[in-house]
Amino acid sequence: MDEQRLDGNAAAGVLAEIFTFEITTARAACTRCGATGDIGAQMAYVTEIGTVVRCAACDNAMIRVVRQDDRPGRYWLDLKGVEYLQLQQRL
Amino acid sequence: MFDPAFGGVPEWRKSGRSTTFGGIGMGRGFISRGFRGRRRRAEGDDRIPPGQYLVDGFPVLSAGPTPHTPLAEWTFVIEGEIDEPRTWSWEEFQALPSEEFTRDIHCVTKWSKLGTTWEGVSLDLLLEGVDTAAEYVVAFSDGGYTTNLPLEEVTGGKAWIAHTYEGEPLPPEHGGPARLLIPHLYLWKSAKWVRGLRLVNQDEPGFWESLGYHNHGDPWHEQRYWGD
Amino acid sequence: MIRVAEAPRKLAWRIGEVVETSPDTPRTKSLFLEVPGWEGHRAGQHVDVRLTAEDGYQAQRSYSIASAPEDGRVELLVERLDDGEVSPYLTDELRTGDGLELRGPIGGWFAWETREGGPLLLVAGGSGIAPLMAMIRHRRAAGNDTPARLLFSSRSYEDIIFRQELERLASGDETLQIIHTLTRSRPEGWTGYDRRIDEEMLDEVAFSPDEDSLAFVCGPTPLVETVATALVGLGHEPTRVKTERFGPTGG
Repeated sequence: MDEQRLDGNAAAGVLAEIFTFEITTARAACTRCGATGDIGAQMAYVTEIGTVVRCAACDNAMIRVVRQDDRPGRYWLDLKGVEYLQLQQRL
Repeated sequence: MFDPAFGGVPEWRKSGRSTTFGGIGMGRGFISRGFRGRRRRAEGDDRIPPGQYLVDGFPVLSAGPTPHTPLAEWTFVIEGEIDEPRTWSWEEFQALPSEEFTRDIHCVTKWSKLGTTWEGVSLDLLLEGVDTAAEYVVAFSDGGYTTNLPLEEVTGGKAWIAHTYEGEPLPPEHGGPARLLIPHLYLWKSAKWVRGLRLVNQDEPGFWESLGYHNHGDPWHEQRYWGD
Repeated sequence: MIRVAEAPRKLAWRIGEVVETSPDTPRTKSLFLEVPGWEGHRAGQHVDVRLTAEDGYQAQRSYSIASAPEDGRVELLVERLDDGEVSPYLTDELRTGDGLELRGPIGGWFAWETREGGPLLLVAGGSGIAPLMAMIRHRRAAGNDTPARLLFSSRSYEDIIFRQELERLASGDETLQIIHTLTRSRPEGWTGYDRRIDEEMLDEVAFSPDEDSLAFVCGPTPLVETVATALVGLGHEPTRVKTERFGPTGG
């Protein structure tokens, strides 16, 4: 059992530092296999070195985030594994 | 794309860095009454690089699922800018002479472990007789993780493919059956679940190096992020 | 009912005040926090808690909010892990009047409001009950009668978290059913389930797939994966099975 593999919801904290909308309920398509689903339904690897959200179907790295700890406010964000993000703002 | 060659380091970063353990920001925020945390202070110990602290246990940090390649299917390859790629099966790899060695290891997330013991095959041995003009290598792993290094950083007794940790087969969560081990650099360069090295003429930033982490990663110069 | 505003806002660290602590089972304790400016939450969401030592060292963990949105206070359920870095501080050291730095609420995907309907299948392992308790309490506070079933795995009778409150909630409410399974030891005369949750148990307990239930599963990763796989195997729609694996972050 892979203890490091969590649900996409576990990435919500660090992603909320960047996105002001609720990203775990955003629908995303994987660039590698085309599977679509909520970000919350994908797999998340959340550690101090960085956060990686991987496609639950094919393990493709959909979202990667690094927060630079000694420079507050500095992030690197890679969304190359996401074909598109469809989000619904609650108004 | 980002240019990692920033000019200069801001003054505030130079002054604060070596004396804080973890933490975010420069000002003192909220302090949790009575909280000490698990780590031990590192000041005064010259085996611990700046900004690091000692930790009990061996933290596991992963960027993806733990692979479980059956040993019957496992290979290690050296390919790329090389006349003839080299491949070892697990059996062939196990038959190679390996070294026991003890080293300190340092993670960019600030923990260090001193005196860890390993057993592995030296990269000098694996690269012996290789004729190449390549100056860089990319180490690649099951699951797609990569890390990049100058070829001279993996030779001269500085790097191994390690299969044994503290006398036991390397556990999967720590990179087993075999991982790259380059103790003189931050541990993200010691690729877990390594399956090969690709010799390349041009440096290719790997998984973390392409996302803000320093291209070289020397703990003694605190090369954690781009521009450090 | 509390309407939660969802205007875009930045997630910020705040200091909550511990107004009450309440031990429950031998290994668990609830912390009740008043958080200035708290804008409410949806049942199932969590907070990140951050501890900072004198020298700046920090440790951060996520904890599900166990209180209903209607409550106003933020209740965190903490299970003390002997080799944990954060949980022993929260259960042994933290006291009423202390501050606790947190941010949230976080994670809208693993959340339920009464207007989403059901039926609702809740499956918990140990301290995984926390976010599901928020859902059960929210359902009660809203006077809602969506059919709900909780399948709750605990080590022993004494380890059933929120046991008395669950009994109370279920006794007055035909639409809420609570099924326990005790995996390590049973009290004398126990007639309930006595093993880890498996597909056979879920087949007996879960709603039938054509009822299109919404399932929330929370607990240790092995339990969550067994349950999610089994539910899908029984014919439940994967998008209607939401999971929250604990992994190594709790503690």
